[in-house]
Amino acid sequence: MRSRQQAVTAGSETREYIRPMPGGWWMKKKTYLAFMARELTSLFVYALFLLLLASRRHDTDLFAALLDNTFLTVMQIVALPMVLYHTITWFNLTPKAMVVWRGEEKVSPFLIAGVNYIAWVVVSVVVVFIVSRYKQG
Amino acid sequence: MATSDTLPSSGQTIGLDVFRYRPEEGEGPTLQHYEVPYREDWVVLDALNHVKDEIDGTLSFRWSCRMGVCGSCGMMVNGEPKLTCAAFLRDYYPEPVRVEPLNYFPVIRDLVINMDDFLGKLDEVKAWLIPEETKPVSEGEYKQSPAELARYKQFSMCINCMLCYSACPVYGQHQDFIGPAAIALAQRYNLDSRDGASDERAEAIFSHEGIWECTFVGECTRVCPKNVDPAGAIQQAKIAATNDWYKSVLLPWGKR
Repeated sequence: MRSRQQAVTAGSETREYIRPMPGGWWMKKKTYLAFMARELTSLFVYALFLLLLASRRHDTDLFAALLDNTFLTVMQIVALPMVLYHTITWFNLTPKAMVVWRGEEKVSPFLIAGVNYIAWVVVSVVVVFIVSRYKQG
Repeated sequence: MATSDTLPSSGQTIGLDVFRYRPEEGEGPTLQHYEVPYREDWVVLDALNHVKDEIDGTLSFRWSCRMGVCGSCGMMVNGEPKLTCAAFLRDYYPEPVRVEPLNYFPVIRDLVINMDDFLGKLDEVKAWLIPEETKPVSEGEYKQSPAELARYKQFSMCINCMLCYSACPVYGQHQDFIGPAAIALAQRYNLDSRDGASDERAEAIFSHEGIWECTFVGECTRVCPKNVDPAGAIQQAKIAATNDWYKSVLLPWGKR
């Protein structure tokens, strides 16, 4: 394929104009920006998770101090809308990746995305249950 | 406005800013401004044809069917990849319309791009039907049920207009990326019950330059004039590839 392209270019006298991709391309269109926001929100949350993990492994007292610090509260307040944005945009995309056929018809995309939301609620309830029991105990 | 224009017009005009590139003049590209009659039922392609016929015969662009099936009039209209035969002036009026060649492809002249890269990719993924066993015509057709047709029909609607490539920032940065339309078409044949060559396509589409290069921006699906959903095709191929991999590793009787 590439050899054919070279042959075309070499055989003719035309000079083709290549337009380079502009830097900051993702800031120039709303849909690109929404995509980058989806990607970057996960990086922030991942970085926060790594920070907690590293401090826990490094020094248990430091970890305990960090948990009580307002810094972490602020970070978690920042992280919450990011997690929600990331989760909701991903869940809404799942029907694109997962297609279930019922005969000649696709199962409704709302149903496929809905299953994710239901699982989300179930897992959240289980986590809240475990945490509340642990706190009481 | 051109005086030779014989069609009824409201007398209003709309501005067209058209990307011009003439390599023999040894200069870079420029934007050239034209004023064309504004009509509610005109599309951008009508305006370009008006320029070509009445104002400036040197303008070059591709078009053919004027009804959204040939896929040759794709251009950037105000920065969005569009079939110009389906982009109505009334959606932009009274603002001027900026018309440029499809993003990320080399420009040969004015609005005409070099599409060899895309055609080569169609070859690479073998975007055609390869039956497991070819049988003579006398044995009749390869039969298919409506349910089997439904599996791939959406992906078969592709008209090779390349709007999806011009929408894809991954292709903009890595020209080796097989890209949305070619992968959707590979999926179209992989999902076809009459086809038996998914293994032959695997190397091209399951490679790093294939599905794994895609970061699921989803713009290809948004701009597709035929609702092919190439982004969906790529994610479904990723899941199929992952399932195959697990099967081959976990099951001793798995293929490979």
